Amino acid sequence: MKPLLKIEDLINAGISQVGGKAICLAKIHKQGFCVPKTFCIPCRIYEDYLTQTHLKDLILLEINRKPLKQMRWEEIWDISLRIRNLFLTTPLPQTIQEALSGLITHYCGTNAVAVRSSAPGEDNQGTSFAGLHDSFLNIVGAEDIIKHVKMVWASLYSDAALLYRKELGLDIHKSQMSVIIQELILSDRSGIFFGINPSNSTESVIESVYGLNQALVDGDVEPDRWILKQSSGKILSHIEPIRKRYALPDKDGIYFADLSEKSIQKPPLADEEVLQIWETGRKLELLFDRPQDIEWTFCNNQLIILQSRPITTAGFKKTDDKRTWYLTLHRSYENLKKLYDKIEHHLIPEMIREAKRLGQANLQTMTTKLLCHEIEQRQKIYDHWVKVYWADFIPFAHGIRLFGQIYNDAVTPDDPYEFMALLENTGLKSMERNHLLESLSEMIRRDSVLKNILQDDLLPDKDHPFMSLLDKFILDFGDLSCTTGSGNECQYGNEPIIRLLLEFSKQPPRQKNLNGPDIKILHENYTNSFPRNKKKFAEEILTLGRESYRLRDDDNIHLGRIEGRLFEAVSEGQRRLSDSLLKKEDKNMLLGIPALSVMSEGELNSAETDIPEKASKRWFKSRQIVGHPAGPGIATGKARLIKKPQDLLEFKQGDVLVCSGVDPNMTFVIPLASAVVEERGGMLIHGAIIAREYGLPCITGASQAMQLIENEDQITVDGYLGIITCKTDEL
Amino acid sequence: MDGNMKNTLEKISTLFDSQRLAVLSTQINAQPYASLVAFASSDNLEQIFFLTPDTTRKYNNLITNAKVAILVNNSLNKVDDIYNAVSVTGTGTAFVVEKANKQESLNLYLKKHPHMKTFSAAPTTALICVTINRYFMVDQFQNVVEIQVSS
Repeated sequence: MKPLLKIEDLINAGISQVGGKAICLAKIHKQGFCVPKTFCIPCRIYEDYLTQTHLKDLILLEINRKPLKQMRWEEIWDISLRIRNLFLTTPLPQTIQEALSGLITHYCGTNAVAVRSSAPGEDNQGTSFAGLHDSFLNIVGAEDIIKHVKMVWASLYSDAALLYRKELGLDIHKSQMSVIIQELILSDRSGIFFGINPSNSTESVIESVYGLNQALVDGDVEPDRWILKQSSGKILSHIEPIRKRYALPDKDGIYFADLSEKSIQKPPLADEEVLQIWETGRKLELLFDRPQDIEWTFCNNQLIILQSRPITTAGFKKTDDKRTWYLTLHRSYENLKKLYDKIEHHLIPEMIREAKRLGQANLQTMTTKLLCHEIEQRQKIYDHWVKVYWADFIPFAHGIRLFGQIYNDAVTPDDPYEFMALLENTGLKSMERNHLLESLSEMIRRDSVLKNILQDDLLPDKDHPFMSLLDKFILDFGDLSCTTGSGNECQYGNEPIIRLLLEFSKQPPRQKNLNGPDIKILHENYTNSFPRNKKKFAEEILTLGRESYRLRDDDNIHLGRIEGRLFEAVSEGQRRLSDSLLKKEDKNMLLGIPALSVMSEGELNSAETDIPEKASKRWFKSRQIVGHPAGPGIATGKARLIKKPQDLLEFKQGDVLVCSGVDPNMTFVIPLASAVVEERGGMLIHGAIIAREYGLPCITGASQAMQLIENEDQITVDGYLGIITCKTDEL
Repeated sequence: MDGNMKNTLEKISTLFDSQRLAVLSTQINAQPYASLVAFASSDNLEQIFFLTPDTTRKYNNLITNAKVAILVNNSLNKVDDIYNAVSVTGTGTAFVVEKANKQESLNLYLKKHPHMKTFSAAPTTALICVTINRYFMVDQFQNVVEIQVSS
């Protein structure tokens, strides 16, 4: 079979070789509709590539490293990133490369093309997974087209595809992908046609934008929208957006330009063109015996069908689990830029003001009624910010991923996480906090009188520089025992933090990691991988990635402060509840507050018993636990399991931090740690980020580490391989 | 019984039921030696049995040094074995089951390997019992747990 088939050959090749999308285009073409010049690389070439290069074996190793169902989406993204990099760094076998390159040059020359997926089963009747696999526009020349073909193949293992692997029937032993190479149409106007309106089956829908369709599909440009009567094509309504921009092809993808005044005023389609699209849609519905979801474009007033697939009701958007939410995390650069502005200039300043305002209230002097009101208010405020966190802050973290993907696509490094080095050392709020802790510790190290005073549980005079700096620390970051994220109570006073500072002062300060790669060279390599007209974009994406990296940590610190204010109020309520002289009326009032009623003593005790019991008994012991290597290095130390906030205050120099998930509000102990182990998985989660900042060995995604490791166990953390070894008895 | 331990013992039991052969490690004069044996285990996993002619190297080795290791795994000679296969090593002490105590153990063994009946009846065939001290189970490539089954 030839490595590149013409549209006339696709029906004969069959759906198992060219996929549903290509077969549809071939049938549309055969019926006399206008489609772009289309070619297809059959599945056989994908299979030969995987087998001959042993890429299949490497993918198997990645996919089977840990059961996918046990993985969080962050780990799945990591797998997808690594697989994508394998495709990018594995060249085609020479014979395939030469044959394919020759045919592409022969048929496409230097014309711009679109490179699209066409996986068998991708648009099966009953299931539609549009958007799970990648498409690329405006690609020129055999070399670049082949690079993008590999990226389309890699999207068979995109994070979204892995999440929906069951519905997709993704089986590494059987899954295949063919790729469509399609002439790029210089669209005047383009859009989609939906044969049946998902919210009303008697209607059809047309959406249209000026320029390329990509802007509509990615949600970057708001379209005009027509609702039509499904049976007659009669226009029932036309919703006009504020038209501003349109997408155009440029040398490496697309860019946006402002519309002319005339286009701003005029809808992209005239009524008769709306009807023409509807009529074409009806004909295709008859051809395929199902209502169609069609992408179309007008070029020199000729309607061209880009692709058509059946509308299904069992698509992935219908699932009622977190995967749907996860898919919303994929944001375009345009969307992320807007989100950055909102977070940096509005949300974070507002959070800082809120935490400061709450901190000014004197809880101790409040009446019980006022205190109850205060707790309720703080709970509402905290709940509001948690919603904001999920709606805006978490999606903004996608900026790191977007940068990572763009970096890897451009640089094709051997290490798929090389890009992280360009994001680190960007002034994290948690590092600022740890720096302040270090300054306090240094004062103790240098001043033996101060050290003796603190060791005797006393404090120096109020005007001592140590006290001024300590007050500043508590004002900025709270007393640490309140802001540990998963905690429910605070210890008032300076005692916990001073205990921690005395521990810090026992050892010389831990230096930030200075052993990384040469950032300047990495940066130059990165920008040099882009053509001159794209360098500005490369810098902008890097800036976005850095802001995303910084805010990924900082937003939690700010949220932690608000949470700390809530805990302060709840703790004051608890303090009063434990007072035997408290009036019955006041007690009932306090117990009426949900945060206090669930924190009654009995509940506290039962919460304690909910913590997983240690698995290790006399004759059962975990010897090795595998996670993901998230910070290179090797270290041995005593395991310190963090089950509740107070456990952090027991942390000793050289301990290994073991927890279910590192919250940025916990990371003040990292300078004391010799290594970090986290049950939660992912290379870009807080524990991994902060460990890398300090150059500590780190393992994430170590499932059940909290159950399998006992407090104070001697463990060795191999951050190169992602293996934790627990010391066990000799044979 | 702790959940993890129970799960692990169940996995070991399932693996032993699914496999007929094990690799036996013996040693003599500080020289390790490996052999393939058809094995069966007791229900409580505390003993593993196999048959061997008493003229073999392995027999001679274990008579000289009773400390042995025995490995059972379910790999399929495929790339993804590295993550999907489960491997269990038992360490313990081997001894020849005396005639007086042989029948019950032999019945257990022949229930799994009925075709070995003739072989077992030969006067030169010994029934070996390994009293397991500890199991080491490896899955997911490098996840390792240890279970002490007898001291």
